Amino acid sequence: MSKAAELAALIGSQTALSNRNLIINGAMQVDQRNATTTATGYTVDRFLVAKSNFDELVIAITQDTDNPSGNGFSNSLKVAVTTAESAQAANEVMYLEQRIEGQNLQQLAYGTSSAKSLTLSFWVKSPLAGKHSVLFYQTTPNRSNLQSYTVSSANTWEYKTITIDGDTSGNIANDNTSEFSVFWPLSSGTDFTGTPHTGWGAHSNTDDFAHSDSVNIAAQTGNFFLTGVQLELGEQATPFEHRSVHDELARCQRYYWQVAGASQIVGQGFYYSTSEFDCIVNLPQTMRAAPTFTPSNNSGDFQVTNISDAFDTWTAQQFFDGSRVNVYVTSGVSGTKGDSGYVRHMNSTSKIQFDAEL
Amino acid sequence: MNEMNITSAQYVAKEGKDICIKATIDGDNVIVPNNASGNRHYDEIMKQVAAGELTIADAD
Repeated sequence: MSKAAELAALIGSQTALSNRNLIINGAMQVDQRNATTTATGYTVDRFLVAKSNFDELVIAITQDTDNPSGNGFSNSLKVAVTTAESAQAANEVMYLEQRIEGQNLQQLAYGTSSAKSLTLSFWVKSPLAGKHSVLFYQTTPNRSNLQSYTVSSANTWEYKTITIDGDTSGNIANDNTSEFSVFWPLSSGTDFTGTPHTGWGAHSNTDDFAHSDSVNIAAQTGNFFLTGVQLELGEQATPFEHRSVHDELARCQRYYWQVAGASQIVGQGFYYSTSEFDCIVNLPQTMRAAPTFTPSNNSGDFQVTNISDAFDTWTAQQFFDGSRVNVYVTSGVSGTKGDSGYVRHMNSTSKIQFDAEL
Repeated sequence: MNEMNITSAQYVAKEGKDICIKATIDGDNVIVPNNASGNRHYDEIMKQVAAGELTIADAD
């Protein structure tokens, strides 16, 4: 049997030979922010880390080069606990999550008698052996399916697979909002653990978020790593679908894009008035929704180039058509109405960010 | 579980029309599009406004 035939047989009839992975950036290779996160937020693209209500815990979330050698991965997401939480309060919770647009999940046929099974596979290296939780969650019907996996050896890369049934009572809206999430609860106070239902059912944070006997990653210093995350239709975990960096970056930029560093070009524009320069920023991908604009704000971070006006930050954004954003500045610039120019970054600290994360 | 910490919000107006919201969210100064349901920051601002936890200041 050819390799292609072997793969087709392995995959079965429920899913496709390509574009199987519903997770974006599962190999953790895209890290546009290239930053360390110590609180709730994004680091490696598309993976949210949330840390709520802890009073001692100190963490650092980064992209890392530690990986399960020989499996084709170069990167992982690293959760470093540098100061542990000595006594966990009921409302303290930490987790990793990836949210998925509903319009990318209609093939699951949730809410019908043909609802499809899903299989999650991933590589994990945990500082603790024992039971770990994974939660599958549907937003609109507020339904969940809590599962677990067991780490056999601490600080050792292990491959895990979890298969769940389709949800015949589910409801995944066909839109661009967050309709489905995969959670990796890492530390959950008693407000988030209880007596979970089995399989799919109505979600309650107090019962269904994590298993009460899961290990607590926040309780001691150590490093938790995750990579090779794949979510696919069917009851069989297939080999990880390695996508090119170009493909993965393009998928990530639907949700987030930044330009950082000196001499980078922001966009072209013109003086709308003598004290307002309007600029059109061309986005590399059609973004999911109108993005939040976060410009840096340091002395002389930006310059209207052919006018030589330097300014610190932007005033506002106005129009968005999916692939372009109109931003403007009214402080620190002065020119002749109608004159054109382009804006570039002037400092290593210069940065613009567009965020349409779910 | 991961509610954003929004410490300020103010409309920015152009030619008499509110076009965006300048806000401080989780310590970052951000410019949030107005009337942009589906933007997570806009949705959270409106959620906190509806709950009486946040007021969006009028534009200067």
